[in-house]
Amino acid sequence: MPLYDAPKFRIMGDRSLLVELGDEISSAINQSVQELFAGIDSNPSKGILDLVPSYRSLLVIYDPLCISLDEIKAGIIDIWKNPDQCRLPQPQTVKIPVVYGGERGPDLQQVALYHDLTPQEVIGFHTRPIYRVYMIGFTPGYPYLGEVMDAIATPRHETPRTLVPKGSVGIAQKQTGIYSVDSPGGWQIIGWTPVKLFDPDGQPPSHLVMGDRVQFYAITEQEAAQWLN
Amino acid sequence: MAELKIMEILSPGILTSIQDLGRYGYGRYGVAPSGALDPFSLRIANLLVGNRPDQAGLETMLLGPAIRVLADIVVAVTGGNLQPLLNKQPIEMWRSHNLKKDDILSFGSMASGLRAYVAVAGGIRITPVMGSRSTNLPSGFGGFQGRALEKNDILTSANPCRQLQTQTRVFNEAWIPHYPNRWSLRILWGPQDDHFPDESRASFLNAAYKMSSDSDRTGIRLEGAIIRKKPDIQASIISEGVITGSVQIPGDGKPIIILGETVTGGYRKIATVISADLPLLGQIKPGDTVGFSAVSLDEARRALTAVEEKVHSSIHKPRLCR
Repeated sequence: MPLYDAPKFRIMGDRSLLVELGDEISSAINQSVQELFAGIDSNPSKGILDLVPSYRSLLVIYDPLCISLDEIKAGIIDIWKNPDQCRLPQPQTVKIPVVYGGERGPDLQQVALYHDLTPQEVIGFHTRPIYRVYMIGFTPGYPYLGEVMDAIATPRHETPRTLVPKGSVGIAQKQTGIYSVDSPGGWQIIGWTPVKLFDPDGQPPSHLVMGDRVQFYAITEQEAAQWLN
Repeated sequence: MAELKIMEILSPGILTSIQDLGRYGYGRYGVAPSGALDPFSLRIANLLVGNRPDQAGLETMLLGPAIRVLADIVVAVTGGNLQPLLNKQPIEMWRSHNLKKDDILSFGSMASGLRAYVAVAGGIRITPVMGSRSTNLPSGFGGFQGRALEKNDILTSANPCRQLQTQTRVFNEAWIPHYPNRWSLRILWGPQDDHFPDESRASFLNAAYKMSSDSDRTGIRLEGAIIRKKPDIQASIISEGVITGSVQIPGDGKPIIILGETVTGGYRKIATVISADLPLLGQIKPGDTVGFSAVSLDEARRALTAVEEKVHSSIHKPRLCR
């Protein structure tokens, strides 16, 4: 059962409520999360402090002395029953240039070997789909994109690297993502983008937002240098 | 805008950063709240110097900083007892003090708790980022240049309050927290408590965990009883939002209490620390014993109301600096 008949509520302490809309990674469930998120966000009740949408759930963080759990649940049910309230804008497709392989993509060779492909074929498969941004999380501006073609889906490293440079483009099974700040990480790093994913002073601070579509294209190191200028 | 230099960092201590009550509303962009890990103590420190309770102050831990005072200012030190000193003489915590230019505020060794807070009347001048002055240390933004304070940093104030308009303010002594070495944290079960068998939940409540020294501002790591999930379910869950106080159980079965620097995660959460006990998370120190007791949503609400009453009724008619 991909999409639940009704939101499933799980409390996360006395000041947040997890609203689950399904139990798998699918674009239909994620779209419903996005609609529910947009519905609450367009007219937030007093006392709602933050909303964290993810693959198949929405976390509602609230001040329990300003709004009750029952009021929050009632508001969510109301939006769920009247989905017209939350029509989403047409998604934008964002093109992301990537320098594949070399020092910028230290795992490209390994991913190719894992699947008995050439690095060029891996690049071909990675740049083919138009991915959906399922969520932004882990670090500020980090997009979780899906779905990676089975031909190049590769498990994470067993031991994460202690430092993955920002801009690194990685694969973890059927997900692909971009490290938005320097951080530890276990994804297979196949390339690097000069695009700035997170700017604390930006409006919005994240280059990509949930629901955006993303397509990667290959560029050379020289083109990346020009891109930065 | 006129601004006045108020503090020069002579030595930063182990980790001293600017924090307020956190950055909310940006979870959709993957931005965690950061903020004071003991928000109760920061709020009281602010109220003691006549500030609004949500102003930014200094959070320090273990071994505090040494600070040269560059102008006549009013400060209060609250939280864990890191033995604050004024010109090498001990000064009381949980009350305001008038400091003079060239005074030195420093700290001795840690006597109880882990983190202390310093509030300055009129506030510290910091440009807000996404609505907050908190430092996001893992991602390097907000606060003072996105980093912990370092030697020679100069802090300024836009409107320092040189003298309180009332007499020295003192926090109600009966309400000053005492930070033990053994902690009992109240939890609500969930959101994934049903992924754990009854015996795992029982051992979670019966355990006397020790806080590990690998802990940091992202989480309190606990050593002790291993918590096993039900055998027939997957190793991890689909990533979802988390909050401060989420008790996650990674693959090795050792609980981690999430603190303010994490926004999403793919580990199961057996329980969540109640809001009333969140300030305690900032004061548990490595080696301390930590246990858990389960409460109801009603009990959690009553406990939070009791904490809020202490904050609101302790300081009589706070007069703000203007």
